Amino acid sequence: MVKIAQISCGTEYSGIQKEIEKAAATFGAEIVIPEADLDYIDEAYHKFGFNVASSSIRLMIARAMSIVEGKADADAVFIGTCFRCAEGALVRNEVRRFIQQNTNLPVVTYSFTERTKADELFIRMEALSTIVDRKSLLAREKQEGLTIGIDSGSTTTKVVLMENNRIIGTGWLPTTDVIKSAEDGLKSAFEGTGYKLDDIDGMGVTGYGRLTIGKHYNADLIQEELSVNSKGAVYLADRQKGEATVLDIGGMDNKVITVNDGIPDNFTMGGICAGASGRFLEITARRLGVDISELGGLALKGNYKNALLNSYCIVFGIQDLVTSLAAGGTKEDVASAACYSVAEQVYEQQLQEIDVREPIIQVGGTSLIEGLVEAVSSILGGIEVIVPDNSQHIGAVGGALLVSGLGKK
Amino acid sequence: MKIAIFPPNSLILADLIERKGHEALALQKEIRKKVIDPEIDSPPFNITEEEPIKGLKYAAIEVPSGVRGRMAIFGPLIDEADAAIIMEEAPYGFGCVGCARTNELSMYYLRKKKIPILELQYPTSREEAIEMVNTINTFLDGLEEKNG
Repeated sequence: MVKIAQISCGTEYSGIQKEIEKAAATFGAEIVIPEADLDYIDEAYHKFGFNVASSSIRLMIARAMSIVEGKADADAVFIGTCFRCAEGALVRNEVRRFIQQNTNLPVVTYSFTERTKADELFIRMEALSTIVDRKSLLAREKQEGLTIGIDSGSTTTKVVLMENNRIIGTGWLPTTDVIKSAEDGLKSAFEGTGYKLDDIDGMGVTGYGRLTIGKHYNADLIQEELSVNSKGAVYLADRQKGEATVLDIGGMDNKVITVNDGIPDNFTMGGICAGASGRFLEITARRLGVDISELGGLALKGNYKNALLNSYCIVFGIQDLVTSLAAGGTKEDVASAACYSVAEQVYEQQLQEIDVREPIIQVGGTSLIEGLVEAVSSILGGIEVIVPDNSQHIGAVGGALLVSGLGKK
Repeated sequence: MKIAIFPPNSLILADLIERKGHEALALQKEIRKKVIDPEIDSPPFNITEEEPIKGLKYAAIEVPSGVRGRMAIFGPLIDEADAAIIMEEAPYGFGCVGCARTNELSMYYLRKKKIPILELQYPTSREEAIEMVNTINTFLDGLEEKNG
């Protein structure tokens, strides 16, 4: 059984300890609390060197130290502190770095509220236990043989066919019926390659529909999107070592994953309103009478400061857009303002919840909108943003890459 | 009299208070009530998401859940208190609630109540410890007299 060491403060007082344990148990893991006696807390806390006022946070530090010093036995680490606690957030990130720099254990972090339920933690616990179980698989940096990856997302289904570290076929279409969309995606990926499904050495599936598709095709690897997307992103961006942040501004929701050596350690997902998503850019393009693929280039020519577009709501956002155009704003300025508005909202709603690490690897369909990529970089103070080739296919690429580690059929 | 103590789970402070015939408003008693309740099963303290919501009486929604969860248990003890003994700079072995923000808020609420309060610094020598016990006893005796 995978042992997940819990390093946290306040979980029992937030009434969520049971939820954490339930989430771990769902993926065949158990939560263990590293031991630390009073003398050791002082010793560890002084050694660590972070002067904190809360004794529970000192205990957190001591628990982390006991893992690093080998006094506690664990296969993975879950670090949690209360949402909105500044002291907790500071220590959470430092303890995370400390464990990552001094051990090979996978770590995930979370800032919780009293509303935290087991299912919100599922993807983290699943990622931890699969990282432990499939450590050698996740260490894979090259794709070998002929493999296929399917990412069955909530909005689109992506399929990628890879042969000897090269993408030879892709499919990208809206998800309607989960299996039908995958079938069509496969058809498109195989087209012109001369290969068919029977020829492949392995199939890796991820995304919301992974279990249904995995069962239907008897896939060799069915894995949550957190570790698969991270792997796909760092592979495509050629950043397999070191730290990075994977940003996916989706059609309906946004995902931010922080990674260390290609292994995810935190993520946040959400979006209060469609005004902070790709959907808003789609509607903007339609209103400007251009194709979505042209919007990014248009935005680069404009100046967002000349058009006011900063609504949290897609309806009011469109009203702003119409007003700006009516007031004589150019298409370029409006396109630029729309990109800036989405980036600003993603920053305000999500990026502030996570310790953003350079470089940002921007992925997903919206990463092809250059104006949005530039807006993200500018809002984050000119941070390096990488958009790798095939950035819209990271999940499927991750699936094809990882499954090749299981060998030929 | 009902006397709140800080740290709220200090066995030494609770013992000194009970020796003088007062009631110490100790955290352990509240936790015990929750732990022996057969209805809820949320180990280790049987605190559920309801507590951070009850804690809204003492701290607003933007305050971390762990602070509100702690205040849901310690806050009612502050409400009940007729007097209080606050020990600052105590090591966690003496008793603690784990969270510095909860400590600050709890001590503020006790001070705001305008009840008799004895504020002490944790003793660092044998002499200071003896002096501390005498000070506490004098404070507790004084309360008795005031009480009539």
